[in-house]
Amino acid sequence: MTPRTGGRKLCGADELVFYDITASFEERTIFTDILKKTAERVFIPLTVGGGINTLDDFARVLACGADITEDSADKRSLAGIFLSYQAPVEVPGVPLYSYLRTITQKRPELKMTARKFRARVGEIAEQLDMDSSFITRELNVGFSGGEKKKIEMLQLLLLQPKLAILDETDSGLDVDALSVVSRGIEAYRASCDGALLIITHNTRILERLSVDHTHVMVRGRLVAEGPGSLIDDIDAHGFEQFEVAAQAAGA
Amino acid sequence: MSEKTQKRTQVADVDRSLYDFIYSEEGYERYDDGLTPDIVRAISAKKDEPEWMLNMRLAALETYHTKEMAPNWGPSIAGLDMDHISTYVSPKTKQAKSWDDVPDDIKNTFERLGIPEAERESLAGVGAQYDSEIVYHNMREEVSKEGVVYTTIEDALHDPQWEPVVRKYFGTLIPPADHKFAALHYAVWSGGSFVYVPEGVTVAYPLQSYFRLNAEGAGQFEHTLIIVEKGADLHFIEGCSAPKYYEANLHAGAVELFVKDGARLRYSTIENWSKNMYNLNTKRARVAADAKMEWVSGSFGSHVSYLYPTTILQGDRSSCEFTGITFAGATQDLDTGCKVILNGANTTASVDTKSISKDGGCNTFRSSVVIGRHAQNARASVSCQSLMLDDISRSDTIPAMDVRNATASVGHEATIGRISDDTVLYLMSRGCSEAEARTMVVGGFANPVSKELPLEYAVEMNNLIKLEMEGAIG
Repeated sequence: MTPRTGGRKLCGADELVFYDITASFEERTIFTDILKKTAERVFIPLTVGGGINTLDDFARVLACGADITEDSADKRSLAGIFLSYQAPVEVPGVPLYSYLRTITQKRPELKMTARKFRARVGEIAEQLDMDSSFITRELNVGFSGGEKKKIEMLQLLLLQPKLAILDETDSGLDVDALSVVSRGIEAYRASCDGALLIITHNTRILERLSVDHTHVMVRGRLVAEGPGSLIDDIDAHGFEQFEVAAQAAGA
Repeated sequence: MSEKTQKRTQVADVDRSLYDFIYSEEGYERYDDGLTPDIVRAISAKKDEPEWMLNMRLAALETYHTKEMAPNWGPSIAGLDMDHISTYVSPKTKQAKSWDDVPDDIKNTFERLGIPEAERESLAGVGAQYDSEIVYHNMREEVSKEGVVYTTIEDALHDPQWEPVVRKYFGTLIPPADHKFAALHYAVWSGGSFVYVPEGVTVAYPLQSYFRLNAEGAGQFEHTLIIVEKGADLHFIEGCSAPKYYEANLHAGAVELFVKDGARLRYSTIENWSKNMYNLNTKRARVAADAKMEWVSGSFGSHVSYLYPTTILQGDRSSCEFTGITFAGATQDLDTGCKVILNGANTTASVDTKSISKDGGCNTFRSSVVIGRHAQNARASVSCQSLMLDDISRSDTIPAMDVRNATASVGHEATIGRISDDTVLYLMSRGCSEAEARTMVVGGFANPVSKELPLEYAVEMNNLIKLEMEGAIG
């Protein structure tokens, strides 16, 4: 691991360095614990009430690593950071297909012909078991929770970000949808040489993924960390042990 | 710019350079600024009109002088100085049949507005109005083979076959005494379209007419008369875009639509007036039994608009749909809406309007639904959605319903909203700038209207929205 002290380049998480964190929860600086220790691929199961409440919190943290703290969401996105929303917003009247085309065209590195783009979207949709009629509908409008998550995955695979943060992407999904989402995540890992930060309350989504690193956060404080096998421990013994640890640590 | 012109500058305009191009008026004929019987006679003489038309003009002028200037409701039109609005400007060319015959400066204007492409693309005919005279008029042969007539009112008046038809219908749906600007219209009307679709004929392609104003201080008084006979079907598109001027400009056109038994007429409009325009247009349709009237209306630009397309559902089982959107930006006060009068039994009316207000623009939606005594089981629904883009804009909804039959069913809903921060953040997190995100949301809001338009017009409307949204972000 080579810590970086600045620069805008994000070349995978092994170069992702957090510093200069100002985010706080209940007036307590959060993340500091993590940041001291972490500059690797990260997986952070959270319990409810964990310090990272909003995507903005994460955006700030991750922006630090990319040294683009002050930049707006669109600049972070164009720099290669993808935030997947827990509840993607419905945007009435905006056709999904032209929206996808627009956001793809914002990235010079993804420049492609209309024909190629159509083929690419079709390919990803098939990968995600999406019905082709999805594409003619409006952005997230009238889709079920599972379908919305698929659209998030579709964007993830289309935009090929260097870092993808999935904020409870698995919440509210049935088993089938969950499997599609984890397939999307696998496809991302396979096709894009990027890092993944998955925030979840549930280890199920991780079953098919090889996780490099696990962090457990309780109320904004890092209470445990370990390799991917820590997940097995969580599966076996639950989160409660971490709650206790958090109390002991005065969280 | 002369001092006089500067004095009468009414409106702080925004940059609309894409649509603002003005060619010299050299060689064009214009009349004195004031409005007298002599001017009216001169207009009529130049057109070599039948006497009944001249008499109608003169009577209308009388009416005009006796009518009150301003309504006691709606936006102010005090900035309108009729004594200084030259009422008639005639281009130096005669009507052209082919694009090559059109003078270069006029052609340039149209080319920048994309007319030739639109014409090439599947449109059945083009009657493009430059100032007050038709300069370009073309029609596909297959349409005329069906017996469809698409020409100017002037030409129809000179045709022995159609003069009686014009005489029978002209001014009957919108009488000159309707209001002051209707009277003005009938006194000085010039140009516009006459369309006649014979019984049972379906016009396969939309007919379109493109109006533009291009003379400082000149009014535009085109008249549109459309008759769709029994069982016939027509889509007519009226598109408008005006360049920027410093003097108050007036538009007082009239549109009279007759939809006979079992016929269908769709009348689409994209209006994009320059922001010093007073748009006081009157549109009315009379719908016979089992017939259907569809309005699609996108109103952009103008300083002040009073615009309420009216549908009279006279025949039993007749119906109408109105889909409209207005966009009011800085310095704009747009009072728009629609009226439906349901007289026949089992008639249905559906009104769906949207408005967007930004930079201090004012939108007033005014609807009037009248259900007559004999309109058994009439049904009307009115929906109005408003989008406010900032705290300094204004949006009002004033629905009126006058129900005189107990079996009628009427509904009204209105919503008002703004662009949510969550939506903007979501779109930004995928790489759209804030301005792009907002424009995308506004475009989505307008989408139900643009979906109703043919592709070229939908594209033009989306471009207009983009233009209007530019600079929305400080």
